[in-house]
Amino acid sequence: MTHPRDWIEVRPEGVWCRPGGFFIDPMQPVEVAVVTHGHADHARAGHQHVFATPETLAIMRSRYGEDHFSEAEHPLAYGQIVDINGVRLSLHPAGHILGSAQARLEYDGATIVFSGDYKRRSDPTCVPFEPVPCDVFVTEATFALPVFRHPPLADEIARLLASLRQFPDRCHLVGAYALGKCQRLICALRAAGYVETIYLHGAMQRLCDLYQSFGIDLGPLAPVTSENARTLAGKIVLCPPSALKDRWSRRLPEVLTAAASGWMRIRARAKQKGVELPLVISDHADWDELIQTLSDVGAPEVWVTHGRDDALVHQATQIGLKARALHLIGYEDDAE
Amino acid sequence: MKAFSRLLESLYYEPSTLGKTRLLLDYLRTTPDPDRGYAVAIIAGDLSLPNFRRSMVLEMIRARVDPTLLTLSHDYVGELSETVAHLWPAAEAKQGDLPALHEVVEALRHTPKAQLPDYVAGLLDQMTSPERWALLKIGAGALRIGVSARLLKQVLAKFGDQPVERIESLWHGIDPPYQPLFDWLERRGPEPVVTARLTFTPVMLAHPLEAKDHALITPETYAAEWKHDGIRVQVVHSGIGRALFTRTGDDISGSFPDVLAHLNFHAVLDGELLVQRGEETGTFNDLQQRLGRKAPSAKYMADYPAAIVAYDVLFLEGEDVRAQPYNQRRALLQAALERHRPYGIRLSPQLSYGDFVELEALRGSVDNASVIEGLMLKRRDSAYVAGRPTGPWYKWKINPKLVDAVLMYAQRGSGKRSSFYSDFTFGLWSGNQLLPIGKAYFGFTDAELKELDKWVRHNTLNSFGPVREVKKELVFEVAFDAVNRSKRHKSGYALRFPRINRIRWDKPAQEADHLSVLEPLAGTS
Repeated sequence: MTHPRDWIEVRPEGVWCRPGGFFIDPMQPVEVAVVTHGHADHARAGHQHVFATPETLAIMRSRYGEDHFSEAEHPLAYGQIVDINGVRLSLHPAGHILGSAQARLEYDGATIVFSGDYKRRSDPTCVPFEPVPCDVFVTEATFALPVFRHPPLADEIARLLASLRQFPDRCHLVGAYALGKCQRLICALRAAGYVETIYLHGAMQRLCDLYQSFGIDLGPLAPVTSENARTLAGKIVLCPPSALKDRWSRRLPEVLTAAASGWMRIRARAKQKGVELPLVISDHADWDELIQTLSDVGAPEVWVTHGRDDALVHQATQIGLKARALHLIGYEDDAE
Repeated sequence: MKAFSRLLESLYYEPSTLGKTRLLLDYLRTTPDPDRGYAVAIIAGDLSLPNFRRSMVLEMIRARVDPTLLTLSHDYVGELSETVAHLWPAAEAKQGDLPALHEVVEALRHTPKAQLPDYVAGLLDQMTSPERWALLKIGAGALRIGVSARLLKQVLAKFGDQPVERIESLWHGIDPPYQPLFDWLERRGPEPVVTARLTFTPVMLAHPLEAKDHALITPETYAAEWKHDGIRVQVVHSGIGRALFTRTGDDISGSFPDVLAHLNFHAVLDGELLVQRGEETGTFNDLQQRLGRKAPSAKYMADYPAAIVAYDVLFLEGEDVRAQPYNQRRALLQAALERHRPYGIRLSPQLSYGDFVELEALRGSVDNASVIEGLMLKRRDSAYVAGRPTGPWYKWKINPKLVDAVLMYAQRGSGKRSSFYSDFTFGLWSGNQLLPIGKAYFGFTDAELKELDKWVRHNTLNSFGPVREVKKELVFEVAFDAVNRSKRHKSGYALRFPRINRIRWDKPAQEADHLSVLEPLAGTS
């Protein structure tokens, strides 16, 4: 058996599998890329060959165009195994967003699993996380501090709906990631019985259409237009976090600024962003989920990628695992 | 307790004063006694809980959380109460009723020190993270939710439909949970009588002198005094003790023990707080060095010695003299100061003038604007009346100074202005580079703000978070009251009260002023 540390290395482009000759979530165009999910910091355009789930490939086509690759797309269904230069690669559900996957690599008797971004909470818009036994588990650490414990989604949705009842004269503008968070939020609002039209910033429409084409029902949606903007008092409008303070929002009546993000747990952070109604909603694992996952996966060794790696490495060591930080840069998820 | 936690949470995130007022009024109207009284005391910072210490909270959390994780978490969150609120190991799902706020406060006050950690832990176990935060903030004392004691008094005044001055004068005379105050505000009881306490007496305020008032001003009817650029204070000394209040009734005795010691006779005086080194009066900058310090060291007090220029007397030797005319009160004040010769308290000099033209010349003669802001004109026959009556007192500030400065950076505002670039940093030329001299966020109309916002967006060079650096092409005519030398600013100067007087769309940036124009205007500090 050859330990993964002897055939996996961190290069400026991203994580490199030497015998396989491919990168995982490379930041720059490469010959062969394995892409765990469609968020822009993991999925980039311009690779020659792309291995990903069919959903992730669809997201990349929707974001970057039909020609986001130069040679070929290689759709892999969850669990399907492909051999790349002697490395057995398969993708497994990560529960992060539609199509998100963990990448399992097996080579010379050793197995390593790259979790990508993941969460353990229920999410009707994607297949739930599946623990995959392995020798080395590579985990994210976006919310790897014990102060991050995401409250139940239903509670946060209830707060949004309560605010809507309390301030029926104010347009509730919710900042949320256009891919994943937006659609999960809509599904949760529907599950809570909210049947009214939800209005969308232009950046979100296409991805919502894509989700609907995969059979995820989002209910009545409509774009914000210069004609209807003034009439949206008491309505829910979704926009990317970057648009919350944009000129775009000025057309809306009496805006109440909300934001759906795991970071909203930290008061100063929400306040600094001018958020009046912080909704702690995340598509990443919180502290308890991260620790639970280490135990569910049961790998004796853990590598930590991006986020608060020091705390997670410390905790993993405390529970008797071998742990180290990979210090990957470029994946910090600020708007999450 | 749950309602109070929700209130704190909403106040924390509510950006506007109007919104905060609404939240507080709603809370006062829907919350029973004595909970709301305690809530007011907590928000005003008037509730003392000597046993609930930071060290106790630290000890409690250290017993429950791995020290490395605690350190990393505290570093990340930055504030202890919030860190502990998030870290506390309790099931979020476990949620029953919590005790009422008054039960919690009374328990925090009366539980013996040794048993307090168990009581607090028992509560934290049953709470959600925001509720834990509220409880820990009660213990910490400083809420930092953007509600000043002043705002709270205004809300109470609105709540009971009473003038805010009456709330201010009662404030230091009653204790939490202020039952008699609420009884009176809700017309269930008489106005509380407070005598045996050191209380604040609401002050008299002046109107700005306008052109239409000029004819009223004659030496026979109006006395003239300098208007100093310090802080309006009320210094109180009675048989019970001494206190120093701001003009809004905030007790700042702790910051100025030297001033309190100066008043060596029983009186309530109205005056200006200044830094005074021998003959030389310090600038507002000097005074600011003292303001933030809750308990200044002896060295600090020696470096920035505080003094008072007294201009009125409200009570003298226990007698209320407010109904007497200004001339009479001034004679009393002068006699008292001559008899007792208090160190560090001097009489505000009266300025003699023959007619209005002479008065105007006097105003124009002010050359040290960092000490003198202008003139005060007081009707000789006027009584001392709380509030801002029209006629008896006028303030006549010296004309502002103007410079043409170049816009350098713009930052987004807050609240209603959060999508607008409305905070502007501008600078003056020094050689061929610009050095920032100040920041202003008002002085323009809403329509101008829209234009400015558009200009900033179209002329951005760089973005640093919420700040944009812009092309150095737009000139502002900036008005300010005074300029001080400042080591903290790269330009070496700090403007007092800068505002945008005019936007000079027409003026080329090269023709803006040079830093050297400030030199002759600068006070020493």
